[in-house]
Amino acid sequence: MGSNPAAPIEVHDLTVAYRKKPVLWDIDFELPEGRLIGLVGPNGAGKSTLIKAIMGLMPLLSGYVRVYGQPLEDRRELVGYVPQRESVDWDFPVDALDVVTMGRYGRMGLFTRPSKEDYEIAMACLDKVGMADYAKRQISQLSGGQQQRVFLARALTQDASIYLMDEPFAGVDAATEKAIIELLKELKSKQKTVLVVHHDLNTAEEYFDWLMLLNMRLVKFGETRDVFTQENLRMTYGGKLHLLSEAAEKVARQ
Amino acid sequence: MSPDLWVLITGILAAVSCGVIGSFLVLRQNAMLGDAISHSVLPGLVLAFLITASRDVLPMVIGAAVFGVATAYLTELLDRTRHVYRDGALGIVFTLLFAVGVILIAIYADQIDLDQDCVLYGEIAYTPWDVAVIGGQSYGPRAVWILGGVLIANVVFILTFYKQLKICSFDPAMARAVGINERFWHYALMTMVSLTVVAAFESVGAILVVAMLIVPGATAYLLTDRLSVMLVLSAVAGVISAVGGFYAANWLDASIAGSMAVVAGVLLAGVLIGVVIGRRLAARKAVAAAAAAMGITRM
Repeated sequence: MGSNPAAPIEVHDLTVAYRKKPVLWDIDFELPEGRLIGLVGPNGAGKSTLIKAIMGLMPLLSGYVRVYGQPLEDRRELVGYVPQRESVDWDFPVDALDVVTMGRYGRMGLFTRPSKEDYEIAMACLDKVGMADYAKRQISQLSGGQQQRVFLARALTQDASIYLMDEPFAGVDAATEKAIIELLKELKSKQKTVLVVHHDLNTAEEYFDWLMLLNMRLVKFGETRDVFTQENLRMTYGGKLHLLSEAAEKVARQ
Repeated sequence: MSPDLWVLITGILAAVSCGVIGSFLVLRQNAMLGDAISHSVLPGLVLAFLITASRDVLPMVIGAAVFGVATAYLTELLDRTRHVYRDGALGIVFTLLFAVGVILIAIYADQIDLDQDCVLYGEIAYTPWDVAVIGGQSYGPRAVWILGGVLIANVVFILTFYKQLKICSFDPAMARAVGINERFWHYALMTMVSLTVVAAFESVGAILVVAMLIVPGATAYLLTDRLSVMLVLSAVAGVISAVGGFYAANWLDASIAGSMAVVAGVLLAGVLIGVVIGRRLAARKAVAAAAAAMGITRM
């Protein structure tokens, strides 16, 4: 990791706090281009907070974020975002196609309405996640996995170079899990950089090229085969091996 | 035109203006904000009155808008300290501002002609006689002009910035992620709510304003899955409440504004019961169909 100014995302000296309690301490890294990167750590480690901080959704106590060497504000169109599914009200009166089209809103002028082309792009992205048949469904009628795929399709309409995904695998069915994996592979083949918050240690090794182990501080960041060691995981999960194995067992039982 | 007709038109304009803009409060699960703003604009009205020594519309509207936005802003400021929860923050801010208004009235009582009854229950029955006079010529009730203007402003605002209001109401984090200034649109919406509240307030009173901001939108929300349809239905619910309330008041010889609020509530209750029964029947049908498909007959 040299100091390459053109890194897709560079996070420097980042500290974030709720009230006076820091949740992220002095985080420093550069994402490598074109890799699938898993962001792993225990509950309360600050994984979601890190994603939100990069997206400019959290006030930073210190540090900065650069996108290809520029402030995020100047490069927003290069960053696609998939928030946690629970972050919105799924009873809102819109259908799947409406939600997906929102990914295009940032490109439109103040007074512009979504064009036919915007809807066509949204449809194509719904199709990519296997949800074309559900375009006109009100979003509360979709299953959890289908809602997650709608969020992924919305991020795809942003046609970004970097994707930040907050727990896309949380509580989804097998079909959705498979669809997400396919999608991640496709994004990688297109040289996109993808950072995914992930909970399941059992699959982390299999899904991701790189892993970022986080517990308030950045514990380890590098290629999966170097980072995914018992020792590193113990450091990340607080050295409490029984907790770690408990978590692994719990995941295995699901 | 007969005075009765003017009263009816005033009621309809107030109900529809409040209904469409209030729909967004319903969707943001922020219904109490309308209630809060309808109280916290009081110091704005008093200050506007004290500064200009008149009850002209423009200073009143500006005073109300400033304090309406201040309510939204202070609430968020308190909320962001994370020492107070949002509804708590709202409760603190609007009661404080309302109290300031009450104290101002008490101090300058001899100079102020603001009647509590008038503020609470409104004077919709008297609106036909409060006419706009320009150059000696009468142009009909002032309230109709003001509320008509507010309704047009609301409709233009919603139609023009539909996509911003939609994404900021549904998913504010995503709005910011794609570069839409979510906070700006929040305050823009609060400004429109404040303007609407204060315009309607003057002619129909606080109770009807609070009812019309929330009840027609809540009724419409039950009936549709589409935002655009919901906005239209909230206007329809507003019209039905105003017309129904007007005739109910005549029939019962009761307060017009109060009757309109009651009809809005009855309409909501009726729709709610209808929707619940409809869903039960649909569920029963689905169970029966599934049972039939599996060859099971019910005992």
